[in-house]
Amino acid sequence: MLSDYLQTVDWSRAQFAMTAIYHWLFVPLTLGLSILCAIMETLYYRTGDPFWKRTAKFWMRLFGINFAIGVATGLILEFEFGTNWSNYSHFVGDIFGAPLAIEGILAFFLESTFVAVMFFGWEKVGRGFHLSATWLTAVGANLSALWILVANSWMQYPVGCTFNIDTVRNEMTSFWEVLLSPVAINKFTHTVTSSYVLAALFVCAVSAWYLLRGREREMARRSIGIASLFGVVSALVTAYSGDRSGAIVAQVQPMKLAAMEALYEGREGAPLTAVGVLRPEAERAEGEAPFYFRLEIPKMLSLMSFRDADAFVPGIDDLVEGNPRYGIMSAAEKIERGRVAIDELKRFREAREAGDPETLEAIRAEFDPTTPEGEEFLREYFAYFGYGYLTSPRQIVPNVPMLFYSFRVMVGAGMLFILVLAAAWWFNRRETLERRRWMLYVLLFCLPAAYLASQAGWIVAEVGRQPWAIQDLMPVGVAASRIASSSVATTFFLFLALFAALLAAEVSILCKQIKIGPEKE
Amino acid sequence: MTARIPTPREVFRFYAEGFRSMTIGRTLWAIILVKLFIMFAVLRLFFFPDLLAGMTPRQQSDHVLEQLTDINQ
Repeated sequence: MLSDYLQTVDWSRAQFAMTAIYHWLFVPLTLGLSILCAIMETLYYRTGDPFWKRTAKFWMRLFGINFAIGVATGLILEFEFGTNWSNYSHFVGDIFGAPLAIEGILAFFLESTFVAVMFFGWEKVGRGFHLSATWLTAVGANLSALWILVANSWMQYPVGCTFNIDTVRNEMTSFWEVLLSPVAINKFTHTVTSSYVLAALFVCAVSAWYLLRGREREMARRSIGIASLFGVVSALVTAYSGDRSGAIVAQVQPMKLAAMEALYEGREGAPLTAVGVLRPEAERAEGEAPFYFRLEIPKMLSLMSFRDADAFVPGIDDLVEGNPRYGIMSAAEKIERGRVAIDELKRFREAREAGDPETLEAIRAEFDPTTPEGEEFLREYFAYFGYGYLTSPRQIVPNVPMLFYSFRVMVGAGMLFILVLAAAWWFNRRETLERRRWMLYVLLFCLPAAYLASQAGWIVAEVGRQPWAIQDLMPVGVAASRIASSSVATTFFLFLALFAALLAAEVSILCKQIKIGPEKE
Repeated sequence: MTARIPTPREVFRFYAEGFRSMTIGRTLWAIILVKLFIMFAVLRLFFFPDLLAGMTPRQQSDHVLEQLTDINQ
């Protein structure tokens, strides 16, 4: 029974990861290309030059294909919340549901209403109205992302809520605290601007392909001019928000930061590992260094994490074993405190079954944040609720190699994109891009690299918070539903087949339309 | 010049003509419809029964309370 449940958890995680990765193949291009289409149509509106209309329509066609294939794939994730993660879905209550509902009602309808005008309305509505529809489609798509990212951020940093023991749900106490948490603001900025970079590279790569073929040269050159500038600005904002992310993660998810850096022993003036090769943990002897080799930047990790070059950055071992000198509680102590909270919940359940109103009232008082004793219990015990389900302190350590390498893929690719997009913009401006064929090939290569970097970013965010479904409150092992692992495995392979077929369809339709090129007018 | 609110018939014609004039859109719509059919008619009905659906709020909280407190199950 227990082993089947563990398999269910693993299959549920695999299924969710696959669905999310697949969904994220479409979203960043939708977010960024919608803005680029709107910029190009704005140029048409301002200049009246039919060249921009033809160009905007061409990129809109590719946007439409991506939108159509990707639309509704996110719904499968929502089904999975109800089926595979029913304990989680109930426990998070309206905090998770509210942003998703707003996304569905406001942003998705805004997007889907105006996307029809954007595609069907060229000859039927005025130029101003059409331009407004294009911008509103772009705004709607980006607003959709906002609400989803707010919900995700709450899982990483649960704020603005209180636990209601009667309903066994977390209830929102401050919508603004949830919406404006530093994690949510930064995650939205980082995710959306990195999506713009991907879309900019998409436009540059397709245009580079035309230039390599000697086709549509004017459209390709002018598209690269806009996309590369848009991409450079977006990449710089992504880098800035990435730096902010590091500082926020150091505060709210120190284990994620330690695992990203494979920092086992915390230290003052901690260096940042620029590149390195990890020695597998199983092969490492006591006291042996965790790296075969590495290049490090002295004190940079402390500086980036705490804005102080000499600050102490806790390592994995500090967070597992505790470090009294720096006031870090051990995971074992947190597990004990979490178990106290679970025991109280268990007592509540037994009292409810026995119909014991006095015990129920006493336990309710413990979970009441408006009383001093309740506030203390919630802070000292319930804050570690999720730890109570762990059987070993080492379970709080996520997959270090996956995080370490994914983080470097993301950051390395991001830096490469800044250089490549800046170079493309410069060469294009000097009208020398076309004869630098190597640069056109670099632009082509950057497109798959952009998708890889984008997925690597999500791996850092989501694998980095393991074992938690909700940071410190609920591990994934408890969040999952108790359903047969075989049914989750079956749907995993069904999805795999469906997603592979849809992806093949999209790539094939996109390639065909790129080969056809823009409409002749 | 004041903008005139389109009648429902005009809105319908706007969409109908838009869909009729689509070229690659037909393939895309075929893909979308097949995808939605698989997602809602097959996956949702046969593989995604909502575990807590059909329970009263109290039954839901009892169920989750049991799940959260029965650690060794």
